[in-house]
Amino acid sequence: MKALRNFLDKVKPSFEEGGKLAMFRSVFEGFESFLFVPDTTAKRGAHIHDCIDSKRVMSMVVIALMPALLFGIYNVGYQHFLVTGQEMEIGSIVAYGLACVLPKIVVSYVVGLGIEFIVAQWKKEEIQEGFLVSGLLIPLIVPANCPLWMLAVATAFAVIFAKEVFGGTGMNIFNVALITRVFLFFAYPTAMSGESVWIGTEGIFGIGGASNVIDSFTGATPLGQVGVAQGVVTPIITNAVGTEISTLDMFIGLIPGSIGETSKIAILIGAVILLFTGIASWKTMISVFVGGALTALLFNQIGTTPIMNLPWYDHILLGGFSFGAVFMATDPVTSARTECGKYVFGFLIGMFAIIIRVLNPGYPEGMMLSILLMNLFAPLIDYFFVQANINRRLKRVKK
Amino acid sequence: MLFSKKNKEVFVNPLGISNPIMVQVLGICSALAVTSQMKPAIVMGLSVTVILAISNVVMSLLRKTVPNRIRIIVQLVVVAALVTIVSNILKAYLYDVSVALSVYVGLIITNCILMGRIEAFSLQNGPWESFLDGVGNGLGYAIILVIVAFFRELLGSGCLFGFQIIPQSFYDAGYVNNGLMLMPPMALILLACIIWVHRSYNKDLQE
Repeated sequence: MKALRNFLDKVKPSFEEGGKLAMFRSVFEGFESFLFVPDTTAKRGAHIHDCIDSKRVMSMVVIALMPALLFGIYNVGYQHFLVTGQEMEIGSIVAYGLACVLPKIVVSYVVGLGIEFIVAQWKKEEIQEGFLVSGLLIPLIVPANCPLWMLAVATAFAVIFAKEVFGGTGMNIFNVALITRVFLFFAYPTAMSGESVWIGTEGIFGIGGASNVIDSFTGATPLGQVGVAQGVVTPIITNAVGTEISTLDMFIGLIPGSIGETSKIAILIGAVILLFTGIASWKTMISVFVGGALTALLFNQIGTTPIMNLPWYDHILLGGFSFGAVFMATDPVTSARTECGKYVFGFLIGMFAIIIRVLNPGYPEGMMLSILLMNLFAPLIDYFFVQANINRRLKRVKK
Repeated sequence: MLFSKKNKEVFVNPLGISNPIMVQVLGICSALAVTSQMKPAIVMGLSVTVILAISNVVMSLLRKTVPNRIRIIVQLVVVAALVTIVSNILKAYLYDVSVALSVYVGLIITNCILMGRIEAFSLQNGPWESFLDGVGNGLGYAIILVIVAFFRELLGSGCLFGFQIIPQSFYDAGYVNNGLMLMPPMALILLACIIWVHRSYNKDLQE
């Protein structure tokens, strides 16, 4: 530690204004404050501070995402070997998963942080740390077969148009990772939905891959299967080789879906970490689930299409609902900030997610659209509650 | 006299420094609606230019005879007559484009640029200046339409004027057209980028 500090102090002057490496000043500052908590304090006024700064908050979210990431890597490999009918070995499953997921993480971070670095250098500001989390969220919410160049284009679009034009970290109206996803969804629909995008069938870097892909395999996600089903009764949901998926399977998560969203156990661990450290608001999280469950129950009463008849617990376990509720809806920048507002914000996210899912089966990912929609209304919700509070107090004064 | 310095400014300014779309932010709806391909965008741009030039001249000639109270209705009649003529000409000679433009030719009547220029310019100026102003503003509008349409058609369907530009080998290598480019939101974002570039060159327009 000491040696690292000394080294940083030694090289620091060459990154200062006029130094040899001044063009990389923002990069240096970014890494320095990532490694060591900066000792600068606010220059004027009184500031109440927590003991951690936003880089440490971001690191905690990244840690909370780890279970979902690790399980996602395993699941990508597992699904691949399931449909190629090969023997399952833990080593090759993980190797295939890593070969599929790691390049996505690298692309997302290189593109996103690259743009952040350029903008920071250009505006002569410090590098902002927000992309640390977005960069990991992005690979977790795309299908396993998403081409890397699409991911790069979408990440660049999202960082520039959802974040930098609004003024960078902390100023964005929309969740940056979700903008990436929504861009991919609308720009390249064939690569983002359907039956063939969720499970890798070809070898990556010589790992996996087989000539004998099972003939009868259907790679549709459970929600996709329910969405296209005919009749009234919810069909039996199956995995890629036709075995039935029970509610417990949905909870464990060895099912087709976006990389990080399938395992509810992993998401639950992440949620516990976020709630325990106080980074995410339990109010938002709970009310998303309540809103979703109540809306699903309401649709169960109508029950005229297969997806309306999907039980509420399946609605919550399937698709990106839980992942969105835990990691996206609770984003402190884009969610409502007033305490009462958080209930309304979360409830409406859950409600709209199920409404979009049920009434438009073409968009099984209602969660993405519903969070973005509510991101837009979060300031309005806050405004309403602040005004209500002011009026209440004014009334008390007038009495 | 015809090409005095002032007249030149009247003609040139709308192309850049006081562009109807980039600076006055008029006529956005049609800019979003007709720009998914080059051909309709160019035809639309030219139609607006012709209608704007003629209506500017007509209103400039009528400016001393029309009572102030009923001037709006007279403007509407003039513009509507011209729009109907242009719409029928398009139907007769460029039927496919007229189908692609659908209602948007008829909606030129409500295009803010027309009423805006008549109210702001031709009611105070002579026919020749009004003509230059009309052509300038129409072309300023057309330029932006064409730029937006260029990117939307190229990135959205890989073509320009319907001809394949992006080679087949790209598609074989895994390139996919960007479907978002064909939707109106992307036109708005492209427009924003154009305004961004324009403002970064014209510092005095920055707020």
